Amino acid sequence: MTKSRLGASFGSLLRNSTSIIMAAGIGVTAAFATAGTAQAEDASVKIGFVTFLSGGAAGPFGVPARNAAELMIQSINSGAIPAPYGTAGVGGAKIDPIFVDENSKQKNADYLKLVEKDGVDMVVGYISSGSCKAIAPEAEKAQKLTILFDCGTPQIFEDIVTDPKYTFRTGGHATMDNVAAARYLQQQDVSLDSIAGINQNYAWGQDSWRDFSQSVLQLKDGATVSTEQFPKIYAGQYGSEVSAILTSKPNVVHSSFWGGDMEAFIIQGSARGVFERSKVVLTTGETAMHRLGGQMPNGTVIGARGPHGDLAPESELNDWFRKAYFDRFGTLPTYPSYKMAQALLGVKAAADKAGSADQDAIIGALRGLEWEGPSGKVTMALANGHQAIQDTAYGTYMYDKDAGKATLVDIVRFPAECVNPPAGVTSIDWIKGGFQGAACD
Amino acid sequence: MTKHLDRTEIGLLVALPLLICIAFVLPKWIVNYVHVSMGTGLVALGVMIQMRAGLVSFGQGLYFCVGGYAAGMTGKFLGVTDFFVLLSAGIAAALCLSFVLGFLLRRYREIFYAMLSLAISMILFGLLSSTEELGSTDGFNLPTASYFGWSPTGETARLTLYTLTCFIAIGCAIALNRFLKSRVGYVNEAIRENELRVEYLGTSAHNAVHLTYVVAAVVSAIGGVLWALPLGHVDPEMTNWTTSGQFVFVSILSGTGNIAAPLIGTFLLEIIRVYAVELSPNTWQLILGSVMLFTIIFLPKGLWSLITSKQKSSKKIGASAPKPGE
Repeated sequence: MTKSRLGASFGSLLRNSTSIIMAAGIGVTAAFATAGTAQAEDASVKIGFVTFLSGGAAGPFGVPARNAAELMIQSINSGAIPAPYGTAGVGGAKIDPIFVDENSKQKNADYLKLVEKDGVDMVVGYISSGSCKAIAPEAEKAQKLTILFDCGTPQIFEDIVTDPKYTFRTGGHATMDNVAAARYLQQQDVSLDSIAGINQNYAWGQDSWRDFSQSVLQLKDGATVSTEQFPKIYAGQYGSEVSAILTSKPNVVHSSFWGGDMEAFIIQGSARGVFERSKVVLTTGETAMHRLGGQMPNGTVIGARGPHGDLAPESELNDWFRKAYFDRFGTLPTYPSYKMAQALLGVKAAADKAGSADQDAIIGALRGLEWEGPSGKVTMALANGHQAIQDTAYGTYMYDKDAGKATLVDIVRFPAECVNPPAGVTSIDWIKGGFQGAACD
Repeated sequence: MTKHLDRTEIGLLVALPLLICIAFVLPKWIVNYVHVSMGTGLVALGVMIQMRAGLVSFGQGLYFCVGGYAAGMTGKFLGVTDFFVLLSAGIAAALCLSFVLGFLLRRYREIFYAMLSLAISMILFGLLSSTEELGSTDGFNLPTASYFGWSPTGETARLTLYTLTCFIAIGCAIALNRFLKSRVGYVNEAIRENELRVEYLGTSAHNAVHLTYVVAAVVSAIGGVLWALPLGHVDPEMTNWTTSGQFVFVSILSGTGNIAAPLIGTFLLEIIRVYAVELSPNTWQLILGSVMLFTIIFLPKGLWSLITSKQKSSKKIGASAPKPGE
């Protein structure tokens, strides 16, 4: 097929040089024609939102985050959020959003397009750690306020942008999730003699397992790793990994699976008794608990990458957020929604404090800021006030058959200072050094 | 072999100063897309010259990635930031790898060539994804390039890199144009039509395919380096099949008629994607897919046929004499 097509186009080789320039010119002018249209209006702040709107990460992360953004933008603009966020707008300016798909091969070019062409005042986004690594230096170069709301890698401010001016991260990094998971198990008197891991074979899974296994080795003398399984992402079938876990008889099984992979593992693993023989920890389990209901085995340890969702503390703001989100989208918000709301409330708190939506004013106020999100207090404590820390929590799954409702029991909260390294120490050094300076009450 | 420049080459040489000029005229974000399109466009060129021999490489991302990673690793582990050293590292890595792999691939044609090239690129994807030292799937960052000890910053750095990219991309295009018109280039055409006869005429089809494979690999690696440097970041997605598939798609969409077609096609597709995302952030693939579908239905020989068919019809009015080689 290709053969004949190629053969036919052979004759058209090397024809006209002027046409080349013409064709290029058409493309460029078409793009140029609309270039100058974007101008910020008075009393509005234009924000570019970048999350996964397509691809495998869209369903569990990107779309819940976008939904939360839509809800929060509308509520901020109309001043419908409970105190202390009752005033309309951020620093008096209405949010004018523009959404972009993170699922793109030209992330940096897309980012520059947002900054240059669309003239956004700030960018909020990025779920994948790979995106954050590429965008953080670009944001510093473009001198545009950029708020990373979700991505987990601790490297952003430890290696890549060590002296940030324009880049902020309003969510805790992934170290916290796994340190807290290990501490939770210890607190619940689960035997940590032998642990096993099943994690996806990519950066997120590898980092999660490294942090968790190292933490357990620090917390429990003589703990052993019975097996570490690294199936590839989106594998969907975990027959041989489940067999390997069953035969190695670990006390604890750790998994940072997310989305469809996690649900597949829960269903396949519970059918073969993994969840009965071992204590299973799912660091992102909260995203699936309401959907799986009775299919999720009781006693599973569930995390939400921070005190989000069902792990969020009681507050008026949280009640409002859950209700408003449920009324609008028909499902309860999961942690990506919480993290997006947290980022936008951080921006609002900073702008309101500075009394202006001006970039420099927001940057000045956001540095080192402390604010209340739907999941509790957030403090920009690390990396010169550019990296947030917050408390985290873990709980144990319990399905209420009568009410048909998924609940979490034995919820334990960990103060931010207990599960995050102090400023200036890299995560892995901190874990291996025996959690120096951790303040756990 | 002709010593004079043909029309395509003149066109490319005229385009060079224009390309450089637009960096000062057009807004920065478009220039940025032009810049990265030159990198990916070179890889599409690599796919296109193999198509001329009837070979479809579904794994050209392999060399795109090898180039980017070789440059990145030279910077990361040896601390080198010199543009020309990084570029040479990318070229050398691709040259060595493709020379060895060429012995295997030159024996296969059609779907077997496509699948084998795909398989090799996915092996690299798997390897890189499980190598934590190289950042696994998150990849790692590249240094800002310096030039013989001169380390510009900010706007100067961007323009310097852009200008050099223009020179190298146009240089590669002219070199490949010469390659297509060289003996091996014509042997490739013949291989596509009838390989058996090529062998009977006393030419080694294996050698020609091997050489083409290496040339395509080198130009793809150059594309990889030129793409990774402005981005400042490489990750294994560069060698994933979706990336490789995109290069094949660009080559088919733009047509194999002219060496400039894949370069222009890459940029056009990029701009269409940008506006599709802006128009409908949730369903932009639908727009992009429709564009591709309609191009294939109505322009089966690619976008370049728009230009050549127009010429054909105008020539027909003047003289209806049959043309040789058509």
